[in-house]
Amino acid sequence: MAEFIAYLIAGIATGAIYALAAIGFTLVWQTSQTINFAQGEFVMLPAVLVLLAIKLFGAPIWLGALIGIAAFILIFGAGFKLAVVDPMIRHGVLPLAIATMALSIIMKEGAKDAFSAEAQNFPSFVPTETISVLGASISLQHVAIIIVAFAVIGLLQWFVGSTRLGRQMQATAQNPTVARILGIPVERMVLLTFVINAALAVVASVLISPIYLAKFSNGEVIGLFAFIAAIVGGFNQVRGALVGGLLVGIVDSLAAAYISASYRLAVPLILLVVIILLKPEGLMGRKEERRV
Amino acid sequence: MTAPATHGSATPRQSRIAALPASVDGILVTLVLGAVILWFAPVGMGRYGTYVLSLWLVMSIAVMGLNLTLGYAGLKSLAQAAFMGLGAYATALLTGKLGMNWYAAFAISGLITFAVGLLLGFPALRVQAHYLAFVTLAFSTLIWLILRNEQWLTGGVFGLSNIPRPSVFGLKLDGALAFHRFVVVVTFILAIALWWMIRSPWGRAFMALRENPVRAASLGVDTRMYTLLAFAIGSAYAGFAGALYAPLVEFIDPSPFSLSQSFFLLLMVVAGGSGYLLGPFIGALLGVVLPEWLRVVGSLYLIVFATIVMLLLIACPQGVSGLLERGWAKLTGKNNLAKTGAR
Repeated sequence: MAEFIAYLIAGIATGAIYALAAIGFTLVWQTSQTINFAQGEFVMLPAVLVLLAIKLFGAPIWLGALIGIAAFILIFGAGFKLAVVDPMIRHGVLPLAIATMALSIIMKEGAKDAFSAEAQNFPSFVPTETISVLGASISLQHVAIIIVAFAVIGLLQWFVGSTRLGRQMQATAQNPTVARILGIPVERMVLLTFVINAALAVVASVLISPIYLAKFSNGEVIGLFAFIAAIVGGFNQVRGALVGGLLVGIVDSLAAAYISASYRLAVPLILLVVIILLKPEGLMGRKEERRV
Repeated sequence: MTAPATHGSATPRQSRIAALPASVDGILVTLVLGAVILWFAPVGMGRYGTYVLSLWLVMSIAVMGLNLTLGYAGLKSLAQAAFMGLGAYATALLTGKLGMNWYAAFAISGLITFAVGLLLGFPALRVQAHYLAFVTLAFSTLIWLILRNEQWLTGGVFGLSNIPRPSVFGLKLDGALAFHRFVVVVTFILAIALWWMIRSPWGRAFMALRENPVRAASLGVDTRMYTLLAFAIGSAYAGFAGALYAPLVEFIDPSPFSLSQSFFLLLMVVAGGSGYLLGPFIGALLGVVLPEWLRVVGSLYLIVFATIVMLLLIACPQGVSGLLERGWAKLTGKNNLAKTGAR
């Protein structure tokens, strides 16, 4: 039982990371129809940029973090939207999706060549100790991840639901045409979702990298699980992405412990196929109507 | 009179469709000429040069299949490299361990990948075309896991070696040149099969799907069956490519069949020009042969290639083939103008 609780906490912690990535993914999808296949690399890169800034400028950790994070949000939040999405979206969803695949290759190979092919330590902001609760040894890092991730997601929910700006963003996501008629600056709102996506990726990256270490190939698994989380939860729901992320994280952690460590990846994949077969709109999703 | 009409039409897509019947024979001629040139090309090129040429053709087959899926039916498959791996491992195991005839192994590789394509596509395409991307993404990872973990069968990270090469009428194809010629013939046959398929009512149905699925459905095209078929045939081509890849390289391990390789294959389709029959050859040339020439940039090549594809997507989503077509239209348009001016 104690073991089970430990795996469960670990699962919720990684699940919270997947949820952060999946929420950004759904936000961007909702407002601009961008399927971002580089989402995993978005979570991988901020940690690498932070370490790179520390290495290049010999800066202290806080300054390096500031430079790395600011650069990431600028380039992969606003820059991504302006330089990749805007010129490409007029050609349709398909070329854009493929462009994001190209971007993922560029980010991954770039991180490998400019930074390192080896995994690097990333400073943790909480002690790497374990505490004992009800006989289960729980990593403080996992607890910190859960607290921070949920705080961020809560903040985002409050922003989207209760602030003027957030509601404008929501209106843009639901119906851009009507939003524009109502005088909402749709373009700026879309840009905002891209910046939020980048910010969420930064949070996920800073939280997960002390555990997974900073490595160019980290994005593959995180990206895969973020897609699965988004679909399992419901492609068009922020709430769904949260539920999907947690579910995938827990299933992954328990599968690794009780089924097979070498096939831990396979279990969430099976979950994905089952969901697509039985409830294709996702656990929390609504059926989308199709227009001609 | 017809040339200005096609030239003057507003969008590139329209002009492409209008130009299709005229360019069809051109494609056939190009294929035959290309096959003849490639038959003789490697003479004096040495072992490695010949190997690169053969590799180009083998990758072209996989890209051709993906072009059918993406370029003609408009579906994103992120498992083309995984399907290729399936074909390569099936062939390696059947011919190497069981001593089966290569031709039988080739057919079985195609059949397996076709069947797996149907199995994967069925649940995904029930919902939405997007879902195929995610299901194939998952499948890619699964295959990679199996290739790496099931050591008793696949050799794990150490891979499989001693893959025998096929023979023709009792002649062994162990030499690089002999095997290259064999690859040329197989590629030619597969390209012709695809050319025929695109011209048949099937091919028209595939294109109708890409252009407007809802309209295609209301015109009585069984969209689900056709999308499923396009995907399964595209996957089978990856299986065929794998069946050639294994004896070409004579050693396989899981790395060339990973998810990023599937992304890479998609980029090759787009770079060459998705929806153009000859596009895959250009795409694979850019993706496979060019890095051999640009050895200096080394591992940076992937970044360079991906950047080129992104720029190409912004400037001309029809890829290099689209650029060539535009250039050709401009050229012939000018020629016509010059002629009428002279008159």
